[in-house]
Amino acid sequence: MSKFLKACAGALLVASPALADGYGLGRPALTEEIAAWDIDVRPDGMGLPEGSGDVFTGEEIFSEKCAICHGDFGEAVGRWPQLAGGFDTLTDQRPVKTIGSYWPYLSTVYDYVHRAMPFGDAQSLPADDVYAITAYLLYLNDIVDDEFELSHENFAGIRLPNEDNFFLDDRAEVELTALSGEVCMENCKDSVEITMRAAVLDVTPEETKARQLKDAVEAVRNPKPKIDATADMAEAPAEEPAEEATMQMASIDTELAAAGEKLFRQCKSCHQVGAGAKNRSGPVLNAIVGRTAGALEGFRYSRPMQAAGEKGLVWTEDELAAFMANPKTYMKGTKMSFRGFKSDADAKAVIEYLKTFDSAEM
Amino acid sequence: MTSNPTRRGVLGAGLAAGAAALTGRGAKAQAADPAITNLQPWNQALGDGVDARPYGSPSPHEAHVKRRNVEWLTADPVSSVNFTPLHELDGVITPNGLCFERHHAGIAEVDPARHRLMINGLVDTPLVFTMQDIMRFPRENRMYFLECAANSGMEWRGSQLNGCQFTHGMIHNVLYTGVPLRYLLEEAGVKTNGKWVMPEGADASAMTRSIPIEKAMDDCLVAFKMNGEALRPEQGYPVRLVVPGWEGNMWVKWLRRLEVGDQPWHHREETSKYTDLLEDGSARRFTWVMDAKSVITNPSPQAPITHGRGHTVITGVAWSGRGSIPRVDVTIDGGKTWHQARMSGPSAEKSLHRFYYEFDWDGGPLLLQSRAHDSTGYVQPTKDQLRAFRGENSIYHNNGIQTWYVNEQGVAENVEVS
Ligand code: HEC
Ligand code: HEC
Repeated sequence: MSKFLKACAGALLVASPALADGYGLGRPALTEEIAAWDIDVRPDGMGLPEGSGDVFTGEEIFSEKCAICHGDFGEAVGRWPQLAGGFDTLTDQRPVKTIGSYWPYLSTVYDYVHRAMPFGDAQSLPADDVYAITAYLLYLNDIVDDEFELSHENFAGIRLPNEDNFFLDDRAEVELTALSGEVCMENCKDSVEITMRAAVLDVTPEETKARQLKDAVEAVRNPKPKIDATADMAEAPAEEPAEEATMQMASIDTELAAAGEKLFRQCKSCHQVGAGAKNRSGPVLNAIVGRTAGALEGFRYSRPMQAAGEKGLVWTEDELAAFMANPKTYMKGTKMSFRGFKSDADAKAVIEYLKTFDSAEM
Repeated sequence: MTSNPTRRGVLGAGLAAGAAALTGRGAKAQAADPAITNLQPWNQALGDGVDARPYGSPSPHEAHVKRRNVEWLTADPVSSVNFTPLHELDGVITPNGLCFERHHAGIAEVDPARHRLMINGLVDTPLVFTMQDIMRFPRENRMYFLECAANSGMEWRGSQLNGCQFTHGMIHNVLYTGVPLRYLLEEAGVKTNGKWVMPEGADASAMTRSIPIEKAMDDCLVAFKMNGEALRPEQGYPVRLVVPGWEGNMWVKWLRRLEVGDQPWHHREETSKYTDLLEDGSARRFTWVMDAKSVITNPSPQAPITHGRGHTVITGVAWSGRGSIPRVDVTIDGGKTWHQARMSGPSAEKSLHRFYYEFDWDGGPLLLQSRAHDSTGYVQPTKDQLRAFRGENSIYHNNGIQTWYVNEQGVAENVEVS
């Protein structure tokens, strides 16, 4: 029945909210619309596009687009996720869950890398690149050798080592009955001892009353500093958080700078600004306008960036705008993986925002 | 130390009043209270008119009531989490601006006019809906909690964070207005081999999960309103999935697509993440339901007792992904003796419940715990009971009983007891 006829039929049956024949709402999706969005890949290979890529090519792409966060060998930089290694650690105090040590299916690697990586430039990788990166990740996890080429044809033949270690939620059988029923209300225990205290670790964020009052807490029994974190979260407290910069707006177009602040979100995963800013995967950008390129001490620049600075490249507003428009064409071999701003106005706004971080306040 | 002078002022006043109260009711005031004898500015001068605050916000005295994050947890605030200030709230509804946030690629700022919801896969007619189309289906209003499976995940190996905001704040409870997912799926016509539904988000993480068709056809909602107003951007504006009683990660925000399939997808958030690693190295998958849980929100480390001994109110929240919470028990001595708490407020399935226990505090140390019973008869376990089943590495689904140690000064600390 056509949507239109469905709608007419629906109009006659007003009383019931759920109409057997539907409401005639929405419209049929076009094939090309489905193709544009239907990117998911399943363990049985459903959704895999045609293509192929080898370990060698994967290494090149990975070192260019992924290594600044995940490390050249998937070993992770700082607190970014580790992608390789961790074999035989699942029963340890500190299991290291990686593609090789934990993930059950290879299709998840392809699907996720294409869907969500590189972080901040999702869905930018063509199929062959994703095959190549996936092959490289297999290689890093000792599952294939360096000659290996992955394609839609041999994909389903690859098994990850931990596949059989997963089983369906069995809480209903194992836990629920044991944890249901009568409870004790009186004289439930003879004595109660404190066995662990959070104050020992002292990892609660600043600016909470807990911290403010911690001096009142008495001596410690059984100190067991054990830090754990949620899912994708890191192991240990990092350095003190960077304080928010106090902005001085001398000869700054504040409206433009405010627009720039929003756009700067695209840079934040790699660059810090303001008082207390630290080099992360990208260098600190305080006082960047007028600064010599590749010149910040303590940051490991790419060779081309260093060389450009040595040859006298200074970040004027124009140079910055050109760099931001397309870093890789502006400077072949730069480590910065940022796809570039499409509009010059965006680059201008970010520069205006960056101008508010003057070295005097650092 | 807080940098907020107002906050310190309030606390200071509380402590001073507490000292006075130590002598008990009936103690005479030393001098007349200036709060009464002085004319306050607001007693005299005119305030803002009705044109001053077209969208209202809380009193400046409540500025400390906010979501907070724990910087060291994640590499980047764009893929991170902040926490609901449970210790500052009462009742059962979480105000929209205080609902905790968890994003994997930051807050997507979606233009509703350019947002579409597609249904494809094993359906008779793959369909595309605009926001306007969605709002033309019959709607329902339902109150549900959303808890992140990693709530209390930092506490598996022992007490770690001092504050129920941080130990339990990955939860909120909201009245949703939305269309039953069933209506949308029926509109497209699910094929008989359609056993799973995969929602997908429109943000840069393109979040996906696999949901069995029975759940999708049961109580899931495609929601566009929270507590009466449009979803906040950080909660998935203009439209999100509501998966009652099940882990928060499945409640895909900025919902743009629903694919029907004959098998689950085993995507990253249901393999690498949101699987529960047990002590022997095996891992549970598809642990969707949130077990019954409760926590005392006051007093707690961020909310000490400041009034001294005497009549004291203990309050907290309880919830279960399997039903409602008919009963909560409270102990003040670490579990030697338990008391049935008083429930107050609406009791809905898969929604937050509020409990109170009032008692006369003698000023001695307290070990406070609460224990939820849900409508299936399940009782919230101790942390050690849970560890006996799961070990310490499972990260997710930690619903163990929380203990706060309160000392003679009323200061509370996160501890564990024998
Ligand atoms: C700017 C830093 C950054 C870059 C560059 C980057 N990633 Fe990631 N990657 C992340 C973050 C952050 C996460 C976790 C995201 C989340 O959980 O929300 C992640 C997660 C992953 C995961 C899943 C890890 C797990 O254990 O679940 C894989 C696989 C991955 N990235 C692969 C890649 C690949 C391949 C590239 C290059 C094409 C890449 N990443 C580039 C930051 C980055
Ligand atoms: C994925 C990480 C990443 C992102 C995102 C990123 N950068 Fe970078 N940026 C880098 C790295 C790495 C370098 C060092 C490049 C080199 O050594 O070749 C760099 C270098 C720079 C430099 C030169 C600094 C110097 O000391 O010479 C500037 C300026 C800069 N980035 C600006 C930006 C701006 C503005 C944005 C956002 C629009 C941005 N970057 C986004 C990683 C990043």
